[in-house]
Amino acid sequence: MTRFVSQLRTELQLTLRNGEQLLLTLGIPVLLLVFFSLVDVLPTGTKDPVDFLAPGVLALAVMSTSMVSLGIGTGFERGYHVLKRLGVTPLGRPRLVAAKIASVGVVELVQFAVLVPVAYALGWSPVSPRWGLAVAAVLLGTMAFAGIGLTLAGRLRGEINLAAQNGLYLVLLLLGGMVIPFGKLPSGIRAVAHALPSGALADVLHDTLAKAGTQPGTSWVVLAAWAVMAPAVAAVTFRWD
Amino acid sequence: MAAVEVSGLTVRYGDLVAVDDVSFSAEAGSITAVLGPNGAGKTSTIEVCEGYRRAAAGSVRVLGLDPSTHQRQLGERIGVMLQEGGVYPSGRVLDTVRHYCALYGKGADPAQLVEQVALTARAKATWRRLSGGERQRLSLALALAARPDVAFLDEPTSGVDVNGRDTIRGIVRTLADTGCAVVLATHELDEAERLADRVVIFDGGHVIADGTLAELRSGYDEIRFRSSPDLDLHALAASIGLVASRVGHDEYVIDAPPHPRLVAQLTTWLAEQGHPLTDLRAGAQRLEDVFRRLTTPDSGDRP
Repeated sequence: MTRFVSQLRTELQLTLRNGEQLLLTLGIPVLLLVFFSLVDVLPTGTKDPVDFLAPGVLALAVMSTSMVSLGIGTGFERGYHVLKRLGVTPLGRPRLVAAKIASVGVVELVQFAVLVPVAYALGWSPVSPRWGLAVAAVLLGTMAFAGIGLTLAGRLRGEINLAAQNGLYLVLLLLGGMVIPFGKLPSGIRAVAHALPSGALADVLHDTLAKAGTQPGTSWVVLAAWAVMAPAVAAVTFRWD
Repeated sequence: MAAVEVSGLTVRYGDLVAVDDVSFSAEAGSITAVLGPNGAGKTSTIEVCEGYRRAAAGSVRVLGLDPSTHQRQLGERIGVMLQEGGVYPSGRVLDTVRHYCALYGKGADPAQLVEQVALTARAKATWRRLSGGERQRLSLALALAARPDVAFLDEPTSGVDVNGRDTIRGIVRTLADTGCAVVLATHELDEAERLADRVVIFDGGHVIADGTLAELRSGYDEIRFRSSPDLDLHALAASIGLVASRVGHDEYVIDAPPHPRLVAQLTTWLAEQGHPLTDLRAGAQRLEDVFRRLTTPDSGDRP
């Protein structure tokens, strides 16, 4: 337990010390939520933009932490041989992975502890929210995005991984129904957007927190499929060094 | 039983055979230098010993255990210093050492380790702000956090300045004196000459020599001197009865035991001919010369 705790403490210390990761995981979601809630320029289709934005930004926060932040950090650790070095300590790989997962969980808790009150302060009024299902969706989303992030981190070189994660982040953000409703996307792209993990998570969160999902049943299946497949691909393809 | 026993080890990367049928051992309480040029197979061999890499053939035992199947047990007892990196770039020196002390759980004092590697003044600096030498010393401290029975140190003084080298050498010597088997991979012959109790020389994936420094040097006596670049070597040979070879612009070697009479004949001849004597060394060859002799492709000494 001491080893796991020490590794978790180190992971969190490094996250706190990394300004770019803080910006990505907390700064950008808060900024998007506040700005587009106050400046009504997005075609959200709701009376109050925050009612659409809040679930979407929560999905974005999950993606930022579990895919981009985890993926970029792990990629550089692989490049700097940190994973290789830790692999021959008594920590072992299972505890290292567990500490990383726990670290993502802690950061997500902090994100939600900040974003949810901010959303409420901006006037968010969830419709019959089912928080238990929302948490389940967040867990599935975390697994899916972590799998994607680690698949890229485990195969690509540091700088290429950095570019790939950021590029993918932007695509998944724009097509994922997080800040732009699916209905506003061109019809050809809409089907693709629904098949993306970001689209599925955002749709499920819109359904569980605002009864505004477009195809929640399908989105749960898509999200669950990503949550199983992406970590499996990462486990098979990941190179520790 | 040796602390590290490598027998018939072969390592392949696809079709490339990086290590071919290598055998050697390392004893507790001694420093074994694994020496060789870049690409000779040193790091691959060490990585199999550490459990990073699988052998294609042969066997490796570290503290009696197979590293490929007992990595977890060995992880408690071996200290590792990678050739480069291995540390979180944004991790601070003391935090990193404290973390590794917690991972090994052997009761090592982080502040004391930082002091031992002379990084106390840099305890709050992050790895990315350290110089090359400071990074190597931090990496060594992480290996020491294991209070290891076996330490695998890959190029520990690479990129380190003179003072830093002395610090690292002192720590490594102390480590061996306390009973640890130190396996030191290096391509720096001077490093091996200063530190090693035993030297294993790799070349092209093979072990081409294995023994103590005295054993490797035996039979390789010489008289090496520097003088004018235009010595008449025929006249010199006629005078002393032995052939001198030019090995540099103004450097010469006579392959012969360092007998005082021969040295006297040589210096007398130089004086009579009006040549200077700018350097003179008589005795066993330096490890560098032994190495060069062994690794030269057309050398008759090569096994």
